[in-house]
Amino acid sequence: MTTAALNSTSAPAVLPRTGGMRGALSDILWRRPQLLLLLMLLPPVLWLGIVYIGSLFALLLQSFFSIDEFSGLINREFTLKTYGDLLQAANLDIILRTVTMAALVTLASAIIAFPIAYYAARYARGRWKALFYLGVMLPLWSSYLVKIYAWKLILAKEGILTWLLGKLNLLWLLDGWLSLPIVGGNSLSVSFTGTFIVFVYVWLPFMILPVQAALERVPGNLVEASSDLGASPGQTFRNVLFPLALPGIVAGSIFTFSLTLGDYIIPQIIGTSRLFIGQAVYSQQGTAGNIPLAAAFTVVPIVIMGFYLWGAKRMGAFDAL
Amino acid sequence: MRSDRGQSAPLGLKIAAACGLLFLHLPILLIFVYAFTTEEKSFVWPPPGLTTQWFAVTWNRPDVWQALSLSIRVAAISTAIALVLGTLCAAAVSRTRFFGRETISLLVILPIALPGIITGIALRSAFALADIPFSFWTIVLGHATFCVVVVYNNAVARFRRTSGSMIEASMDLGADGFQTFRHVVLPNIATALLAGGMLAFALSFDEVIVTTFTAGQQQTVPIWMLEELIRPRQRPVTNVVAMVVVLVTLLPILLAYYLTRDGDQIAGSGK
Repeated sequence: MTTAALNSTSAPAVLPRTGGMRGALSDILWRRPQLLLLLMLLPPVLWLGIVYIGSLFALLLQSFFSIDEFSGLINREFTLKTYGDLLQAANLDIILRTVTMAALVTLASAIIAFPIAYYAARYARGRWKALFYLGVMLPLWSSYLVKIYAWKLILAKEGILTWLLGKLNLLWLLDGWLSLPIVGGNSLSVSFTGTFIVFVYVWLPFMILPVQAALERVPGNLVEASSDLGASPGQTFRNVLFPLALPGIVAGSIFTFSLTLGDYIIPQIIGTSRLFIGQAVYSQQGTAGNIPLAAAFTVVPIVIMGFYLWGAKRMGAFDAL
Repeated sequence: MRSDRGQSAPLGLKIAAACGLLFLHLPILLIFVYAFTTEEKSFVWPPPGLTTQWFAVTWNRPDVWQALSLSIRVAAISTAIALVLGTLCAAAVSRTRFFGRETISLLVILPIALPGIITGIALRSAFALADIPFSFWTIVLGHATFCVVVVYNNAVARFRRTSGSMIEASMDLGADGFQTFRHVVLPNIATALLAGGMLAFALSFDEVIVTTFTAGQQQTVPIWMLEELIRPRQRPVTNVVAMVVVLVTLLPILLAYYLTRDGDQIAGSGK
């Protein structure tokens, strides 16, 4: 009777022993874990090593080539001339403009992100916590181009922002801002202010998540102890919360900074005709056909990010990721 | 951090947090309104009227369908490749400690840590050097490279929670390596892989910066949208496509969230 009962179960608990080639292979892999490790690592490492590192290397190599100014052909001999071109005033302007924008965007994201992250970490519970999480996650994963497009709709001269300010009788404020040098322009969608707003909007979730992760680890009684000892909320923020949140802010700033440095689509769609690094790379390799200069330009964000990551690591930002 | 339950947030903090969340969401909601506007030439607000005719117009546009089909095929194949590579890498990194382990993690993360334009131009110049013509596979090559990291992140988090003694128990009971993988490891990591796969799909479906360098003349949905943004042809169609794209990327994210929300690490927290 027992055997019948056992046989009637559809999935036996113990599987039949496999023999033959498959069994032998399994035995070999069990006895030699190094071989198994090698087999597991080989496909991803080959893929990333050849496709990605190979391409990066090819790119770096080309930055040491130069372009023949008359024929437009690429001269495949080692030279530092292309890096010399990079130091022309116009190119330095582009680099300076991009780095300034990246720094401002990072600063603004940190300021806007902090209250959201702090509320989510300290006060939101249960369903609210999930809601906050999704509230950050959905914009993070929403289509990048759609987000930019949405801002084109908002910032357009006939768009919702002008309408709203008109209703509030604040149009003079907008006009005053647009008449300012550098940050102003014909409308917000063709000004640095517009570029700045869109950058902040698109990268903000990348800042919120690590800051929240850092704040989650701050024990609540630390804040209470600080106020019990007589600190004002401002002092508590400056001396307790901010230092503890700093690794998270630095971790988030890695994203906001790096993403702003390399982006070429946002300033192209919402912005002035003055170039950012990404646009310079794009136009050098595309219309100008000057791949060596484009390659040299890409080295700039790599070097800046290298220093940035080095500094961030010293501040302990990677533990907050 | 945890504090007294009864304590409520200061008003200023509540307002700042609420404004921040509104800032993140209102622009996306606006897309849904514009998909129904009757205005054809400008972005005028408020919309002069509402209509559903643009959905029909978009439905009959072959270029939109072609772009959609290409995007889906690229995303599906890139996701499949990323699933295999990401899982292998995660298994290797979490099971054993070996020399160069940190380097492997860095290698996986690098394609997404460096600005997309660098990945893009690096791939394009490599294709040019090797005389590889642009094709469906050049797009897949780029996409799979940066999709590996999302699968990897999800799988590593799950492997960390899966006890290694289960594998040993399975082996002790006489299962071979393949049986252990099929009956013990796979059921444990399945939802993490599903979540990672969906995020990878969403990432690939949405990618534009690398794709502009590897697509040549082909149009994925994001490239189609970029063209429309730079040289608008029919704005209402763009509005409708934008709305559909939001919905298409929204669903995988919500699903991935529900698949992994019980864990300590939730999918998608690092794009």
